[in-house]
Amino acid sequence: MEQLFFIGFAFMAVVAAVGVISLRNPVHGALSLIVCLLQVAAIFVLLRSPFLAVVQVFIYVGAVMVLFLFAVMVVDLRRVELESPFNARGIFAYILAPIAVIEIFAVIFVSKSFDAFTTVATLPTKIETLARVLFTEYLFPFEIVSVLLLVAMVAAIVMTLKKGRS
Amino acid sequence: METIPLTWYIALSTVLFFLGAAGVLLRKNIVIMLMSVELMLNAVNINLLAFSYYLDDMRGQIFAIFTITVAAAEVAVALGILIALIKRRNTVDIDQIDTMKG
Repeated sequence: MEQLFFIGFAFMAVVAAVGVISLRNPVHGALSLIVCLLQVAAIFVLLRSPFLAVVQVFIYVGAVMVLFLFAVMVVDLRRVELESPFNARGIFAYILAPIAVIEIFAVIFVSKSFDAFTTVATLPTKIETLARVLFTEYLFPFEIVSVLLLVAMVAAIVMTLKKGRS
Repeated sequence: METIPLTWYIALSTVLFFLGAAGVLLRKNIVIMLMSVELMLNAVNINLLAFSYYLDDMRGQIFAIFTITVAAAEVAVALGILIALIKRRNTVDIDQIDTMKG
């Protein structure tokens, strides 16, 4: 049953990801990416991390993608010409990329490196345990990251300010 | 109830990562390149959470939270740069943004 759900979510995620990189209109691409991120959130639930799934929906779908759609719509892409979906930039990319993909899948499926991890998790999925680790052991990185977010916010505002109004 | 093998999660994250990389390398529209970067970051998150679950360790989830935070900061700055760039150059084609090309 769980495997069936995984296959469904994974299939939808991959189809949506193909849509992101092949659709011409950036608005369609952004909507496709929203679908992909929602499927990934469902996969986070399958991985017994409900907090991360909620954060994924709130931050990625709610904040990041809305920001993307705003940016795309503010820009008025009719002035900016729509490009062809793919461009051939170097023959090496088309030769080397499939080789790299085959190599990585060989490592995943042929080698037995990952077969050792078959234990079912015993950690409680409660958010309390996550918070306890985050706010004790990882308090300092947490503070650093909050400062980073503040700096990014200031930078984003400064960058879009008009010139000569310092 | 059958459990899902770890290899499935790693395979999914690999596929998503390579699709994101293909988007960055093949597309010319800078907005779609940024979206492909988001796709790659998501693939990394799947990997982190899968190993967190199968190794029975909370640290993977903590790391994924930090990844999501940094990705949000990155998108805010990148879209600020993008809007300033489009105001100034009036293009999203990366082949025309070649001021710093040697």
